Amino acid sequence: MENFTPIPSFIGGLLIGLSAVILLLGQGRLAGISGILGGLLSAGSGDRPWRLLFFIGLIAGAAGYAMLGGDISTVDINPFRLSGNTQMTVLLLGGLLVGFGTQMGSGCTSGHGICGLGRFSVRSLVATGTFMATAGLTVVLVRYVFGGA
Amino acid sequence: MANLVSIISGVIFGLGLAISGMINPAKVIGFLDIFGNWDPSLAFVMGGGVGVTAISFRLILKRSTPLFGGSFHLPTASDLDGRLLGGAAIFGIGWGLSGLCPGPAFASLAYLDPKIGLFVVALIVGSYLARFIQARA
Repeated sequence: MENFTPIPSFIGGLLIGLSAVILLLGQGRLAGISGILGGLLSAGSGDRPWRLLFFIGLIAGAAGYAMLGGDISTVDINPFRLSGNTQMTVLLLGGLLVGFGTQMGSGCTSGHGICGLGRFSVRSLVATGTFMATAGLTVVLVRYVFGGA
Repeated sequence: MANLVSIISGVIFGLGLAISGMINPAKVIGFLDIFGNWDPSLAFVMGGGVGVTAISFRLILKRSTPLFGGSFHLPTASDLDGRLLGGAAIFGIGWGLSGLCPGPAFASLAYLDPKIGLFVVALIVGSYLARFIQARA
């Protein structure tokens, strides 16, 4: 467990919670990323500006971390050590499934996880348990059955 | 004012994701792989986040309206249907393949890696597809 970072991870979690508090208290919206995205994609949705601004802020926050000296050198987007074309295919497939699944299931790690669990929603609890389980199973299959690193 | 709230909320969310290490797919995979060199950090992120929302959301929702006008927009569905379970299951497979869920994927666009751009485009296409199918069903 040498990669374990309990303190920064807990502090980061508190900040994500604070972000959700600000959005709900300030303008009555849940800080679920797939939910905010979904409204951007809906035809005729009249409330795009706040959603776009949230995304701009999200990217600016991550950029700010690096500019203020935060360490992003450990970021590794190829954890299974896949080779060129295989990595591209897996990234494309992963992105499609993440997009499709979060819209179909009405939420992701933030919407069901952080916000839904905070509202004691049974739907969110079941959804979170489900995506954690299939994600864990997928990693085990890729790593130990199909032989990724 | 509502727009300022959105951007501040987004900035803090992005900062939180970066500080927590969740913008790093290898770290997420390290949590999901319970048979490997297990990294429990993600549970601390969830614990911190849910700790804050569980305490404060019920206080916030005692108000009749949000601070800056409008009304509270909360999901009303309560049934555990196939759409919820199927969608969550599909999302989990994509998350396990990539180590990226929607928040970290968008936030990582900040680091200008074209591969993240590719992932985000696929994510948006997948989202469109799901919404398109649902609108016709």
